Amino acid sequence: MSKAVLDVKDLSVSFRTREGLVTAVNSISFSVGAGEVLGLVGESGSGKSVTGLAVLGLIDPPGEIDPRSSIKINERELIGLPEEKLRRVRGKDVAMIFQDPMTTLNPVLRIDTQMIEAIRAHEKISEKAARERARQALEKVGIPSADERLKAYPGQFSGGMRQRVAIATALLNRPTVLVADEPTTALDVTIQAQILSEVQQLCSETGTALVWITHDLSVVAGLADRVAVMYAGRIVEEGPVSAVLEAPIHPYAAGLIGSVPSRNKRGVPLAQIRGMTPSLTNLPPGCPFAPRCDYATDICRSTMPEPTPYEGGRAARCHHPLSAPTPAAA
Amino acid sequence: MLVYLIRRIGQSIMVVAVMATLVFLAVFAVGDPVAILASPDADQRELEAITTRLGLDRPIYEQFGIFVWNALQGDLGRSFVYAQPAVDVILQRFPATMELALAALILSILLGVPLGVIAGLKPESLLGRSIMTTSIFGFSLPNFWLGLMLILLFAVQLRWLPASGRGETVEVFGVHLSLFTWDGLRHLFLPALTLSLYKASLVIRIAQAGTREVMLQDYVRFARAKGLSYNRIVFVHVLKNMMIPVVTVLGLELGSMIAFAVVTETVFAYPGMGKLLIDSINRLDRPVIVAYLMLTVVIFVIINLVVDLLYAAIDPRVRLTESKG
Repeated sequence: MSKAVLDVKDLSVSFRTREGLVTAVNSISFSVGAGEVLGLVGESGSGKSVTGLAVLGLIDPPGEIDPRSSIKINERELIGLPEEKLRRVRGKDVAMIFQDPMTTLNPVLRIDTQMIEAIRAHEKISEKAARERARQALEKVGIPSADERLKAYPGQFSGGMRQRVAIATALLNRPTVLVADEPTTALDVTIQAQILSEVQQLCSETGTALVWITHDLSVVAGLADRVAVMYAGRIVEEGPVSAVLEAPIHPYAAGLIGSVPSRNKRGVPLAQIRGMTPSLTNLPPGCPFAPRCDYATDICRSTMPEPTPYEGGRAARCHHPLSAPTPAAA
Repeated sequence: MLVYLIRRIGQSIMVVAVMATLVFLAVFAVGDPVAILASPDADQRELEAITTRLGLDRPIYEQFGIFVWNALQGDLGRSFVYAQPAVDVILQRFPATMELALAALILSILLGVPLGVIAGLKPESLLGRSIMTTSIFGFSLPNFWLGLMLILLFAVQLRWLPASGRGETVEVFGVHLSLFTWDGLRHLFLPALTLSLYKASLVIRIAQAGTREVMLQDYVRFARAKGLSYNRIVFVHVLKNMMIPVVTVLGLELGSMIAFAVVTETVFAYPGMGKLLIDSINRLDRPVIVAYLMLTVVIFVIINLVVDLLYAAIDPRVRLTESKG
């Protein structure tokens, strides 16, 4: 693996609610190298979006990042940076695109306004030069007659086009890291595929590290180099995509993979993971997946498994690893 | 846009026509103006002479027909009291009221929008809560009481500002305006403040709710993710979206400020249209009442039209839907 440009260690994010402190992200660690793609997979409420926002420093009260966490971009620590310095990191070193393209662009501002301001927030550059860069960025994401389209309002674009504009905007300042929070979920399948390959290409061209947040394993399979599976605020399994998909270690990862519909299993009822994701206010003392797990034993219900490294750059948190790969030498 | 404009104007004309009918019939049902106009010792012949002169002896449909025919030619009748065209009587008072309403509008924007935005950005803070609590007083205190208290404080106790009247005016294009003299402004300030406090409170509440809503939108989060400064986000991204409901409401409220500054004008003895209306109702000066109400309707209709067009200017989505339709 190339040197990590995004290095997250022991990241915890909690929210103060009426029911008490809810830890949405619980001391997770991962790193992404330049040009690498990490798929962050999990169900709704597993903490994957909060992780993305935390990397940008966009956690608002009542949410709070544990001050012992560490998020480094190009070796620079972001935790504890004052707001003005964080602002200069956002959009410059790390950018983000969101799930719903219909709402990520301001409906009352023209596209050029919204793109040019993103450049001029970080660089002293003339309006004209910024406009030229915005135009090139639009062309790069495949928007025809970019000059004209710059003067349009978001309402004049389709969903796929708007997501392209958002991607172009996010990549304007050639960020080191791009966090993509399910950016294709709201789009047609055909558009999804186009956008996926465009983002992949743009990121590899510029060496941008990509964190792709999704619940869709089939997206991760074709896109990511590594995958991290999140459950109830923790990363339960992490490793190279092909290894994890072929031989998952954690039963939850296996369950997720098993529930992807496939052409090869015609006529067979779709597999599903029984039960629901646990409420974060009321987690069981042991492994949070134990109540839904077919392999759970007493130790699972009482003790939280620690992350264990396995061979081939893999790791998992499970007392009863499936497909029993060799634990890496300590 | 043109189709939209034509359709909107058509609707406006319909509204004016319906209102004309209602206003005429309603005023016709109130009291007998001859009894008030004639001297108490007038005999039957004199009363009949007055009735015939004013055209009140004709059947109601004939009176209505004459009213409509004249109105179409821009003549809303002659005042019984002033013996002048009713419209002229009203229009003489119009600049004073217009000045008052505009001053109140500007004051309510200057007070309401910043306070509302501050309260919306920090809804849980002490400042935010204080603003919202104070605004409740703003629209629950009766207008006339507020006016009297302001007079008591600034005119009687402190002696900073005059208590009544309009002050010195200058003539601009044949219209008497007090906006351009220091004395006129001093006279304008208290009534305008009285009139604006209710609207300002309204604006505060709308602006606060709007700001809170807009701050939660994805595009604000995306703007933050782009690394924009807080000021840029508030003054460009939030303000422009938040102003849409504020403009709508203020447009309607401007109409009501022009038409119903009655109480404020009475308290401050301000020689505007509102005071004229009260006087005319007391004297049953039907043409002036009718003309006043008709002008009010026309003003409301025009303001609504302008608000719709302004809307289209602020919000591109309105323009787009209309150009497709």
